This record gives sequence, C-alpha cells and structure tokens, in this order.
Amino acid sequence: MCSIWRTLDRKLLRDALAVAAATGVIGISFGAIAVASGMPAWLAAAMSTLVFAGGSQFMALGVLAAGGGAVAAVLAALLLNVRHLPFGLAIADVLGPGRVDRFLGCHLMTDETVAFALTQTDPRRRRVAYWTSATALFVTWNTGVLVGAFAGQALGDPNAFGVDAAFPASIIALLLPALRDRATARVALAAATVALATTPVLPAGLPVLLALLGLLAAYTTAKPQVSEEKIG
Amino acid sequence: MTLTTVLVLASGTYALRLAGPLLRDRLHLPERVERIMSHAATALLAALVATAALTADGGFSGWARPLGVAVGALAAWRRLPFVAVVVLAASTTALLRLVGIP
Repeated sequence: MCSIWRTLDRKLLRDALAVAAATGVIGISFGAIAVASGMPAWLAAAMSTLVFAGGSQFMALGVLAAGGGAVAAVLAALLLNVRHLPFGLAIADVLGPGRVDRFLGCHLMTDETVAFALTQTDPRRRRVAYWTSATALFVTWNTGVLVGAFAGQALGDPNAFGVDAAFPASIIALLLPALRDRATARVALAAATVALATTPVLPAGLPVLLALLGLLAAYTTAKPQVSEEKIG
Repeated sequence: MTLTTVLVLASGTYALRLAGPLLRDRLHLPERVERIMSHAATALLAALVATAALTADGGFSGWARPLGVAVGALAAWRRLPFVAVVVLAASTTALLRLVGIP
C-alpha cells in the first residue's frame, strides 16, 4: 500500500516539475523585463515572492511601462487575480486543517496548483497534489526571477523557447480527465467561448471572470438531472 | 515600480486568495453547491486556457502558440506522459517561430 502511494507521488512530482520548469523560464523573462524597465533586482525578487502571481506581475509592469499610474497598475493586476476567490472556494479543503496550512497554503494558490488539485479525487491525494505542485512552482518561479534579474539579458527572448505554449497545454492535460464528464465538458466549452468572445472588447481579467456565466448557460441548457438526485 | 506598489498588490492578492478558504470555514455547503464550485474552477481554467492559447494583448496571438498548444493537447488526448505534453507543446511553438511563423 505504502509503495503504491509512493509510486503515484513520484509521477505527481515528475508532472509538477515539468510545469515548474516552464514556469521557471517564464520567471526568467519576468526578472529580465523587470530589471530592463528600471526595477531593482531585489524589488523584482520581493514582488515575485510576495505577489506570486505571474500574470498580474507582468500586468503591473506593463501598465507602468505604458505610462499608467501606480493605482491603475495595481487595479489592473488585481482584476486578474479576482479569480483566486472562486478558486479558493473550490479548493479550500485541500490546503489542510492547520492554521499554518491555510495561511501559507492559500498564498501558493495559482492556476496550475488548482488544476493539479482538481485532477485528484481522494482528499489526501488532492492535498499532496496541491502542495507538491505549489512548492515546485514557488521554488522555480522565484529562482527564475532571480536568474532573469541578473542574467536575463544574456538569455534572449524566452518566447523563442515556446514556453508560452506550455501553460495552456499543461492545463489542458490536467483538465482532460475531468472533461470526460459531459456536464463538466459543457461548462468548459461555454466558459472558453465566453472568454474568447469578450477578450477583444474587455480589459484583461474580466473575460475569464465573465466565463463563469458559461456555468449558468451550461446549467440552464442541461436537461433536469432527476436521475442524479435519485441516485444521490 | 515602488515597494509600496508591490506591497499593495501583494496584500490585495493575498486577501483574494485567503477569502475563499475563510468563507468556506464559515459556511456549510450542500454537496450540490460544492459540485458547482468545482465546475466554477474548471470554467475559469478552461477560459484561461482558451485566452492564453489564442490571444495576446486583446488580439490573435499568431499561429505558433495555438499550434503548439494543439500538439500538446493531442499528446494529452493520446495519453502521452505529462512531461511529453509540455515538451511537445513548447518545442512545436519554438520550431514554428524558428522558421519565421510568429
């Protein structure tokens, strides 16, 4: 029994490290861009540890670089992070029972760690999946930012390595098993459609939140699930 | 970027991350609602995948990225190991860019 867990965990660790490696490369690009835009290396590193949300870090940097004020930068970046609230509602149980688990665990919440947690059904495995991926991502993201801040200019454009394709592909791989369920697949399709349709006209962050409406669409168009109630 | 900006963004982000778990401590939710919340997380992730795969700065990202993601998705569909999915997606996009496709 013990060795079964260990084998599963080793696979999980390998998967988490694959995502973490891609994240590390994106971290390098963040560190490089931050320093190039005039941010001291220590501040880029502090930001990455304290905010630990890549998309919003790039957003804040971008708004400031485009001449926006600090308030605009923070608001645009926070809008991207509003999704963490529903994420937290969905995966609150995986953080663990202790206070430290909760207060530290929620800080490590990212799209990837939520996706890793959702791949598991067993409560213990969900926790392991969350914490394994969270630790790996935290280490590589922050290491990457440091490397980028000091040596980023020498490494060139990270997009040349295609790392921007790694994030969506890895989330697809993590979601696929859940998508074999019809209702879940319908929700995902509706959400993706809403987000894509609204991306050209709404500020970044809103389309993804609006995609929650896809949930409504999927539930209202679904046939009444009488049979499920009976089984339940 | 100043330290104050970083600290405000960090506090706001942390509050958003903590809100979910704290709310769940205070509410006892029926199983149906829990299922909906799990669906909500999937919906958000699916929306992120779609926008991250196809768009950049509110417009089309160019072909290299979606094609790389498609190759990765196909690999996942064929149940290739996760590491292969990530590497195939990234290397496809990298190769396409190498031959001049943005």
